[in-house]
Amino acid sequence: MLPELGHFALILAMLLAALQAFFGIAGPALGRDRWTAAVTPAVAGQFVMVATAVACLIASFVANDFSVTYIAENSNSALPLFYRVAAMWGAHEGSLLLWIFLLGCWTVAVAIGVSKLPARFAARVLGVLGVVSFGFLLFTLATSNPFLRLDPPAPDGRDLNPILQDFALAIHPPILYTGYVGFAVAFAFACAAMLEGRMDQMWARWTRPWTTSAWAFLSVGIALGSWWAYYELGWGGYWFWDPVENASFMPWLVGTALIHSLAVTDKRGLFKSWTLLLAVLAFSLSLLGTFLVRSGVLVSVHSFAADPTRGIFILAFLIVMIGGALTLYAWRAPLLKSQAGFDLGARESFLLFNNILLVIGAATVFGGTMAPLIADALGLGTLSVGTPYFNPTFMLSMLPLLALLSLGVHAKWKRGQLSAARRILLTTLVIAAIAGVIIVFGVYSHGKVLSPVAATLGVWIILSSLVDPVDRLRRKLSLPRSVIGMSVAHIGLGLFVLSVTTVESFTLERDVALGQGERTSVGNYEFRFEGVKSIEGPNYNGVEGKVTVTRHGVPTSVVYPQKRQYWVQRQVTTEAAIEMHHGSNVFVALGDELGAGKWSVRFQIRPLVNFLWLGAFIMAVGGAIAATDRRYRVAREAVTTVPVATPGVAGGASHATPGQFREECPGPTLSGRMPAQEEAG
Amino acid sequence: MTPRRKRLVLVLGIIAGVSIAGALALSAFRQSVTFFFDPTQVTAGEVPAGERFRLGGMVTKGSVQRAPGSLEVRFVVTDFKHDIPVSYTGVLPDLFREGQGVVAHGRMSGATFVADEVLAKHDEKYMPPEVAKSLKKRQGETAAPGGA
Repeated sequence: MLPELGHFALILAMLLAALQAFFGIAGPALGRDRWTAAVTPAVAGQFVMVATAVACLIASFVANDFSVTYIAENSNSALPLFYRVAAMWGAHEGSLLLWIFLLGCWTVAVAIGVSKLPARFAARVLGVLGVVSFGFLLFTLATSNPFLRLDPPAPDGRDLNPILQDFALAIHPPILYTGYVGFAVAFAFACAAMLEGRMDQMWARWTRPWTTSAWAFLSVGIALGSWWAYYELGWGGYWFWDPVENASFMPWLVGTALIHSLAVTDKRGLFKSWTLLLAVLAFSLSLLGTFLVRSGVLVSVHSFAADPTRGIFILAFLIVMIGGALTLYAWRAPLLKSQAGFDLGARESFLLFNNILLVIGAATVFGGTMAPLIADALGLGTLSVGTPYFNPTFMLSMLPLLALLSLGVHAKWKRGQLSAARRILLTTLVIAAIAGVIIVFGVYSHGKVLSPVAATLGVWIILSSLVDPVDRLRRKLSLPRSVIGMSVAHIGLGLFVLSVTTVESFTLERDVALGQGERTSVGNYEFRFEGVKSIEGPNYNGVEGKVTVTRHGVPTSVVYPQKRQYWVQRQVTTEAAIEMHHGSNVFVALGDELGAGKWSVRFQIRPLVNFLWLGAFIMAVGGAIAATDRRYRVAREAVTTVPVATPGVAGGASHATPGQFREECPGPTLSGRMPAQEEAG
Repeated sequence: MTPRRKRLVLVLGIIAGVSIAGALALSAFRQSVTFFFDPTQVTAGEVPAGERFRLGGMVTKGSVQRAPGSLEVRFVVTDFKHDIPVSYTGVLPDLFREGQGVVAHGRMSGATFVADEVLAKHDEKYMPPEVAKSLKKRQGETAAPGGA
């Protein structure tokens, strides 16, 4: 019964999504206020239906209902309860449902958040989100229904892929998807602005907290995935430039550009059409990421042939969403002229460079990720693009970005004078350079050409990010959350850069064949292999090695790396033993039995590698702090309390004149129309 | 500088930067791309001499051998038409198994493929997509004459 109930709820959700889209877009366009008012109930109804469907699927997973195909393929009665719940998003069908559910959560949050904004604008935002949701629901129901029954039912399930049976990876998809889906909100705000044909600084202020939150979630999601790859895949790497990873990284890069460009639109009313384009682009890349990763299209175009309906639907959906938004953009963006100017050394210029460099970075990743696909489609052979391409090309755009960051943070809006900040910038740079040289040549004693440069930049970013908050505190000035958030996020980036530098420059690695009682040394560490014993878990058995670690001759610890074989899929997984000593991660992974009583063992010393994920997490925390700044709440409330206010009054008078697009909103401006509708509703 | 000239300088600077980045990316791209070949293509001599490439196919059952206690492992990769012996020194990935698909990076040394990396990234069907495609193609070649 439960699967049918879920299936039915999903169909109802699709119909409600269609209504939400129709009312949200047609209502304001035709000026029918009662249609416009019907959007919010549709949002609520759709969310209840989607939540019901998710609950039904999870309940069926928990109840081990192997008469459902999706559950029979991705779960097993021996699977622990936590992973049976997480198995819901373990494969394509369920992750789509998760996507839709998270979109529902965001939509409800947006519906609450925009309730104080002009009703037409709010309806349009929700309408666009309805279109996205409808597309996903249709796709799920037509090609990837998780509720389909299996006849006859399977006696037991084929189990969740063992490498997915892990805490970090269980929570990785929901967080990553929250980020992906969050860009749908920025996209919806952008489309709504284009449908209105007007966009002001208030718009940017409404959009910023949503975009920043989505970006923060995406940052945590990517970091979790990278951390998982490091400790679970058994090779001790943290980033492989794999298509799946790139698919999540590209929207992050463009999203980062977007939050910076939004800052300019908010403060100065500039970069308007560019901001819109980035919002469309970030969400398009999120869509590409979601679809192409789980459906395998990114790996080879031949996946299209394997399941043509799915592939063609994906293409059609991408074309409708991205093509539609870009058409709207081409039609409306030329109307959104920015009028103010700025000097070359002003903060606007630095943010412009930030945007250009981030987009170039995203483009190089895009090129490398898509090249195999294009070559394959054109019959140029099956090629692969790896680290030798990605590392240097990506660094090419990132090094100038990092070098300009500290300058940009201290530059003034509009005027290109750095003189006030020159001394402090120079001081921090000198300290950073000394620290960088000490780190590279003092602590680790060797390195590559760029190591001291990158280390210096990392330290400089951290130091210069501290200048403004410390200065404000000392002078007892107000310290708004947006300033704290920005500094925290930049400090996180600095830590990240420092960590990547030390890891890339100073990692030591050795694969060795060891018998019981044999020793090997890597760097300052010596390892003694004490042999293996067999172990048994809830749904696997395996072997556990014992390795004694000594540093400079002093025993530091005993570690137990494992090799597991899961019963159902007969798959082997490596559970590396990882410990942090003096800032470095000591990584020990058990390989294969080599005969003659020997085992292959991989040893790795990665200096400061934990700062990599910590840095990403701190960036996200910075985003979360910035997203809760008072200005954004004030911006929302200002609309209702001062009904006929000119939007953007708080930000200065240099933005586009209101009431520009007469064909779209005749008569009074939007904010002027608002109060009447508020009373009616 | 007038605003117009400033903008001109800015735009030219951006264009120059983008084209330099593009040129460098392209050259890095050309150096780092590796092509995929299956055993039949390798036997037919389609791989340019000395080039690093990816070899893919199935690991022949019973072909995995190692000298006891040594990190070096030898196995045979097949597309059921031709076989290529492979030698690799290091820790094999978890997903490596006899009778399943594999992709290895490396170079030919005589008749042996010396791998420096054995890939473990498979889809949920334990088959690298390139290998699936190559096997399908080779199978088609067998089926076509048989059917005629």
